[in-house]
Amino acid sequence: MYAQMVKSTGERVKALDEMGPEERAFQERVDADIKIEPKDWMPEGYRKTLVRQIGQHAHSEIVGQLPEGNWITRAPTLDRKAILIAKVQDEAGHGLYLYCAAETLGVSRDEMTEELLSGKAKYSSIFNYPTLTWADIGAIGWLVDGAAIMNQVPLQRCSYGPYSRAMIRICKEESFHQRQGYDIMMRLCEGTAEQKEMAQDALNRFWQPALMMFGPSDKDSVHSAQSMAWKIKQNSNDELRQKFVDQTAPQAEYLGLNVPDPDLKWNEEKQGYDFSEPDWNEFYEVLKGNGPCNKERMEARQKAWNEGAWFRDGLMANAKKKKARRMAAE
Amino acid sequence: MKNEWPLWEVFIRGQHGLAHRHFGSLHAPDAEMAIKNARDVYTRRNEGVSIWVVKASDIAASSPGDKEPLFEPSNSKIYRHPTFYDIPDEVGHM
Repeated sequence: MYAQMVKSTGERVKALDEMGPEERAFQERVDADIKIEPKDWMPEGYRKTLVRQIGQHAHSEIVGQLPEGNWITRAPTLDRKAILIAKVQDEAGHGLYLYCAAETLGVSRDEMTEELLSGKAKYSSIFNYPTLTWADIGAIGWLVDGAAIMNQVPLQRCSYGPYSRAMIRICKEESFHQRQGYDIMMRLCEGTAEQKEMAQDALNRFWQPALMMFGPSDKDSVHSAQSMAWKIKQNSNDELRQKFVDQTAPQAEYLGLNVPDPDLKWNEEKQGYDFSEPDWNEFYEVLKGNGPCNKERMEARQKAWNEGAWFRDGLMANAKKKKARRMAAE
Repeated sequence: MKNEWPLWEVFIRGQHGLAHRHFGSLHAPDAEMAIKNARDVYTRRNEGVSIWVVKASDIAASSPGDKEPLFEPSNSKIYRHPTFYDIPDEVGHM
């Protein structure tokens, strides 16, 4: 998931008869699958949780451009380069849809940018891993966008209207991302032994980080119950992770690649794969800022923001000047 | 950071013959840039043939609290719908 550790209220979920009339009316609308819109009354905790979740999600889309942008100048063909540029541009678009959805909750774009740049707001741990070879671009499309889709499809039914509508647009575009990634993997696996080895190496490095995208195991996931009652989360982390493994393992087999997990095995009884949990210590370390690329990613965002300041200000100054001139002429 | 670009609401005509529909919003310094940005953000896949942008602060909206006085009166006026009237089959299509 792009928002892996969203803190909710930290309180237990209230029963309907413990709520005041406004909150009860709100919860009944949510229960009846009626969308909540920006100006509607909502509990403060709902608003805050959504701002955090949508913010993390938006930041992930924006920071997610960096590992892939790394290969734009070195894509193996002109076609691949055009495709990769289109994909990275989509990620920017997805970030923008989501920032706008969050802004309807009363937080400003600059506040969100400040929170990302100061390290206060999080983004998905997956983007703190390096893209060492071209095969990593394939693995990211296949696994990372695949995991993102798994998470985003149910979010289309989220109770908050603007978030749900942003997710619908994003999901429409995301399927191109996953397919282009798998296409890269297929080409490499049909290629020379070295190319196939490169694909295997990318799978080896991205498998566990992809599993971590769904967030901590349900038994350690403290904020889920309230988010589920509010329908800003529809499935548990482990449910989605299982679904992802069940979908991805046969795709790896088709490529002739080995999933780097000796315990991965089809379980006839549960009609799903058994698999080992990722290294949760590594997950928490990366979230804390100690992943292989955390520092580099933040520096790149800060540089872009700081070095773009003159340009943003210049355009604003120009707009004000033109407006003043127009008003003087009237 | 005080110099934030204003927010614009974006409306796009999907095909010739259809009305412009609200698509989303974005930040831009002025209307000209808002249209350019809207083109990149909202029409990367041939979604539109025309774009309107309106400053979000210029939009007046009804408040959710007014929903009942505004919209409930029409609930009881079922005679405004054609299905309210029974026309015998012999009359033919009407």
